[in-house]
Amino acid sequence: MSKEIGQNIAKHLIRYDLEIIANLVKENSSVLDIGCGDGELLNFLKNNKSANCRGLEISQEKVSKVLSLGISALQGDADEDLHYFPDQNFDYAILSQTLQATKKPKEVLQEMLRIAKYAIVSLPNFAYYKNRLHLAIKGTMPVNKDIPFQWFETPNIHFCSIHDFEKLCNELNFEIKCEIFLNRENILPKALHSLFFANFAAQYGIFLVTKKEFKASTQEEFIFNKISKTTLVAATYKKIHE
Amino acid sequence: MKIQSQFGPKKQTFEIGEIVFLAQEKPLKLSSGLEIKNFPLAFQTYGKLNADKSNAILICHALTGDQYVASKNPVTEKDGWWDFMVGPSKPIDTNKFFVICSNILGGCMGSFGPKSLNLQTQKIYETSFPLVTIQDMVHAQNLLIEHFEIAKLHSVIGGSTGGMQALAWGVLYPQKLQRIIAMATSYRHSPQNIAFHEVGRQAIISDGNWQNGQYLQEDKFPSKGLSLARMTAHITYLSESALQKKFGRDLKNKDGFAFSFDREFQVENYLHHQGSRFVERFDPNSYLYITRAVDYFDLESDFNGNLSLAFRDFAKILSNKICLIAFSHDWLFPPSESKKLTKAMLAAGVNVSSINIDSNAGHDAFLLDDNLLKSTISSFINN
Repeated sequence: MSKEIGQNIAKHLIRYDLEIIANLVKENSSVLDIGCGDGELLNFLKNNKSANCRGLEISQEKVSKVLSLGISALQGDADEDLHYFPDQNFDYAILSQTLQATKKPKEVLQEMLRIAKYAIVSLPNFAYYKNRLHLAIKGTMPVNKDIPFQWFETPNIHFCSIHDFEKLCNELNFEIKCEIFLNRENILPKALHSLFFANFAAQYGIFLVTKKEFKASTQEEFIFNKISKTTLVAATYKKIHE
Repeated sequence: MKIQSQFGPKKQTFEIGEIVFLAQEKPLKLSSGLEIKNFPLAFQTYGKLNADKSNAILICHALTGDQYVASKNPVTEKDGWWDFMVGPSKPIDTNKFFVICSNILGGCMGSFGPKSLNLQTQKIYETSFPLVTIQDMVHAQNLLIEHFEIAKLHSVIGGSTGGMQALAWGVLYPQKLQRIIAMATSYRHSPQNIAFHEVGRQAIISDGNWQNGQYLQEDKFPSKGLSLARMTAHITYLSESALQKKFGRDLKNKDGFAFSFDREFQVENYLHHQGSRFVERFDPNSYLYITRAVDYFDLESDFNGNLSLAFRDFAKILSNKICLIAFSHDWLFPPSESKKLTKAMLAAGVNVSSINIDSNAGHDAFLLDDNLLKSTISSFINN
């Protein structure tokens, strides 16, 4: 159930959110989408990036729908079933709008980078200024369009801020190769990309994460390393708004 | 060709088809080391084989199933056991696919089994028939596919014992197929399942009418033993919740207990009914041979405890893929077995999909009309 509800949060910006994620994936790579839903992102990656796609999805009906796209899928969830996969089985493991709903986010992130060279994680930012104002003024847990649940029924049991996520990556010796901050309709302008502003002004963060000890030579195969972080964001931005 | 075959204690004769004699030139070597040649295999086909022979689907039947997957069974006069799944415009669409289903080696619906005539001695084999394995059944099916001159099957599909055959196809002939669907099955028969099979076999063997397996010659029939074997097995095909839902503690006689050992509860009545129906269509010796074949099945020990190795060759052919379907309340082949299989396949690099369908029907769920089962199978074979 939690995955279902977790995905609803992203419903209104699904194409926008997914297209940014898709832009982070290099052509001809292998991808596992954890909580792949109907397979929308995987189908996009298969058709536009010639990616070798696999899905992991909790809902039986959705697994069946993913199969109808010609994409292989396993029924399972992030907390319980990543152990199925051998080490370094994929180029990318993607977890969209779900980390905050897992029972053990830290272990899930570690598992993602055990089975894949790169993890792409998108998160709602609990430190978004409207959430802060809500908590400061009303003194109750924020409930709004993006966080539509009361505290007692929310699947989002491990909310975090962009800053928290960066701290966790640092603690685990993971390197964030690319981060993109966005609100409902836009990627945040470059000027607001400092950590302080992003953690205040962004509703969502999308992160491309890898292990620090991962060899630089191997990284070159999968990273747009000729493009700087900011131009990648700009390119993504341009593509979305064309 | 067709043959006449006798069934049940009354030895009623029915016409069974279609029969082909295989291994006419080169004998088939069985797992036991014995060889068989010029043996009959009974099969049915549905749809048309296309010009390049690329649309053939082999369906492997379960323990006591038969080749009548989507047409009337001449013995029971019932519709095919997967009638809702196979046919024109059905999930396995015979307007598009050529479907083959053969009676397994050791079976009693026309294929080579203990009820067959030994041409050398002119006697019925009975218990002198060689012991067979799931792999032997698959080798026999492969000869049938060669008879059709099909180089590569579009898919191999099976549930339960049929699922074991489908998995064995992936191990033995990975180059001869593209897709496998294995339902309600496992890479091995568990100790609990072997235990249930042994109870069934002992029920038959300890029936005085079994006559050391020579009941056909002696003109007897171990009806009680076979019926009891079926009753025991049938419990394992259902689930606690299915029995609760279907019968509860309902009494046969609504007025209350009769205070006797006659059938008091509806569930007892149901089991007796299943047992007596089974006796009319199945050969007791065949039941011994087939249950034993299933007990022998263990791909993990075949590969020295490394289940992944079983699927290494299958994984090497990148276009090959497999779909595992488990059912939530199946206690014969529980979803945990399917999970272990999934993990081993992923480790081998197999392109595997797996799904666990919610159903309180138990093991028999793969035989029941279910939208998710139908859409999963249709999605998988059409892509």
